[in-house]
Amino acid sequence: MTLARHVGAALVVAVILVLVSIQLSSYRDYQMAEVAAYVVAVAGLTVLIGLSGQISIGNGAFMAIGGYASALVLIHLGWPLEAVFAVGAVVAALAGAVFGVAAARLRGPYLAGATLMLAVALPTIANQFPKQFGGDQGLSVSISTPAFLGATFPPTRWLAWVTCAAALIALILLANLGRSRVGRSWRAVRDDEVAAALAGLNVARLQILAFVVSAACAGLGGALLAVVTGIVAPGAYTLTLSIALLTAAVLGGLGTLPGALWGSLVLVLVPTYLTNVGASHGLSSAASSSVPIAAYGVILIIVMLAFPAGIQGGLRRFFGPATATPLTALFRRTPVSEHQEEGPS
Amino acid sequence: MKRSHRVNAVALAGFTAVTMVVAACSSSGSSKPSSSSALAASAPGITSSQILIGTHQPLTGVAAPGYDEIAAASNAYFQYVNAHGGIYGRKIAYKILNDQYDPTITSTVVHQLVLQDNVFAIFDGLGTPTHLAVVKYLNSSKIPDLFVASGCECWNEPSTEPYTTGWQIDYVREGKILGNYIKQHFAGKKIGYFYQDDEFGMDGVKGLDDEIPKSQVVARQSYNPAVTNVAPQVTALKAAGAQVVVSFSVPAFTALLKLTSLKLSFSPQLVVTNVGSDPITLAGLLESFAKQGGATVAGNQLTQGIITDGYLPSLGDTSNSWIQLFTKIHSQYLPKLPLDGNVLYGMAVGYTFVQAMLKAGRNPTRQDLVNAINGGLPQGVAVAPYAYSATNHAGITGAYMAVIKNGVLVPTGPTQVTDTTSTGAITTDNAAQPTAPASGIPSP
Repeated sequence: MTLARHVGAALVVAVILVLVSIQLSSYRDYQMAEVAAYVVAVAGLTVLIGLSGQISIGNGAFMAIGGYASALVLIHLGWPLEAVFAVGAVVAALAGAVFGVAAARLRGPYLAGATLMLAVALPTIANQFPKQFGGDQGLSVSISTPAFLGATFPPTRWLAWVTCAAALIALILLANLGRSRVGRSWRAVRDDEVAAALAGLNVARLQILAFVVSAACAGLGGALLAVVTGIVAPGAYTLTLSIALLTAAVLGGLGTLPGALWGSLVLVLVPTYLTNVGASHGLSSAASSSVPIAAYGVILIIVMLAFPAGIQGGLRRFFGPATATPLTALFRRTPVSEHQEEGPS
Repeated sequence: MKRSHRVNAVALAGFTAVTMVVAACSSSGSSKPSSSSALAASAPGITSSQILIGTHQPLTGVAAPGYDEIAAASNAYFQYVNAHGGIYGRKIAYKILNDQYDPTITSTVVHQLVLQDNVFAIFDGLGTPTHLAVVKYLNSSKIPDLFVASGCECWNEPSTEPYTTGWQIDYVREGKILGNYIKQHFAGKKIGYFYQDDEFGMDGVKGLDDEIPKSQVVARQSYNPAVTNVAPQVTALKAAGAQVVVSFSVPAFTALLKLTSLKLSFSPQLVVTNVGSDPITLAGLLESFAKQGGATVAGNQLTQGIITDGYLPSLGDTSNSWIQLFTKIHSQYLPKLPLDGNVLYGMAVGYTFVQAMLKAGRNPTRQDLVNAINGGLPQGVAVAPYAYSATNHAGITGAYMAVIKNGVLVPTGPTQVTDTTSTGAITTDNAAQPTAPASGIPSP
């Protein structure tokens, strides 16, 4: 029932996205593809933090794993795109499972520290094995537009279609998972681990599962981003990326999938828009390159002061009860019973 | 209950905000309006009054110090050209976007320049890993991709990437010229290598190995640019008894090499690539690194005697017509930045772009611009000729050996030219460098 509703909604969104992409310029299509790639990664993180109550500052590393895995498969095996994306997600999920086993023993700041280490250390592996991973300059990834669309079809529109399709499928799966028994168990674990364990839930297994799901999403996001930008290189997966994902999840509204979309839109659109504003007001390139950094911080502060529940929380407050899952915060220690029901908090 | 929620969310937001400041991100640009004349809009980015070109540069982040001056210097030269008649009356608008030396952002900003701003060409995009992210895209879109700011041999692939050209001397040629000097002047001495563990360092080592006898090389130490402790490498060089250390490093690591050697009482003769030896940048880095370590050093004293090479005239040669020209433009259009090697580089590559645009004709298409370069460019601002032809997209083909004295490069020998093959001879180029045009603008 829920699945049918989510698939129906996704189909409507897909039709709208196709129509929008045809109206947009090539560059906007490119940005649409970028947003789609980030949405998947941010959605995985928002589920991890918002639903299972764990934190990761290392999801950029899982994006790197997904990106490199898909690039290697594309270059050496020439698999079709859907298989390439699946490989990115699966390989990152395996890495997430390994890391999740360790992570399930860690709490709060210690977990954050461990994931931070992953974000810092992992990308440098590419430098250690330049033959396999191309070293600092990375591997280049290129896909071609299928012939049936014609020679004049804009390549960026094809990119937007491919990435949005992958993102929609990932979001349907996440939405269902959130509504399923697993999602409810995650909330129980998040709200009170002891109570959840007493209720018969396997806390460690649930936490590892959340890590795996989040890593798979990051891996898929990484694979999508690799195809969009045409390269996987260590410089693309710095700590900055992991932090940006976290920021997007918080800005959009933790634990909500629409929030992942708002966060990703801010991530992709704000820097471009603000640079153009800075330049058109006669700022030097050095000065206008600092504007987005400052503005990003200001937006974050304002959103958090005005809408502690993120953009999605703010929207819900203004436009009444919505159907999305409730907003959740980190490290919450409240009885399960008060929070198990769904609806606006 | 709601209250505790809010506190937690704000706490997380605060934490995120703090971390954001540590690792921030951005992008940037600049463009200038123009006046009019009677010329046709012959290609995307070209109107009757303007030529719009774009670039990706590290304006913030780890690679920004020093390198962020390059595009500003090119733009200063373009301002000068615009104020003196422009290119067939058109003014150059140069849109500089910040990629923070992150290949993903490079891809984004270059798509923006091509798809949204409709630039005529991408000019002087900086960095090997960053620019590699967009080479395929630019070539499949048939966008001229001129004078990449990196000495990687990979820009010279005219058969598969006909729209991309290099400019500065590539690291293999440079390695050969440095190696040849070492072979001649330090015969029998023990040589140690210190190099960055990527394309840049390895291309340089390839050139060195073509010239220096293998038996003379007693240690080969590479460094990862993400790890700032080079004590293990320096210790190994010292233990091997290296009397000469040849370094393919970026300026920060040349400074670290020097300071760590001092600390370990190791004082070999340093031979450093041009990329890592700009005396002004180096002196500044030496002083600031030493200060962080609680010591005070005189930067210019420490750079004294470093052997390096140059492919542009030395800034210390104030009688050189090019240095006079660029000093004049610098004081008028870019007084806030120091006149260092990066500024010289930016202006010189800007001059080369104007050369190519003038040769491409009054109403050029993108292909005309590439054809103009394929037809060869006359030697100008560099001490050696360009290699440009339909089958060769390498840039400057030679350099002179020099030593750093009192913060400036002092040439110690004639210009030498060579190719990138292991057997290609190194020959002396006795032809004098052409003088700068009196107008400061190349003639068509």
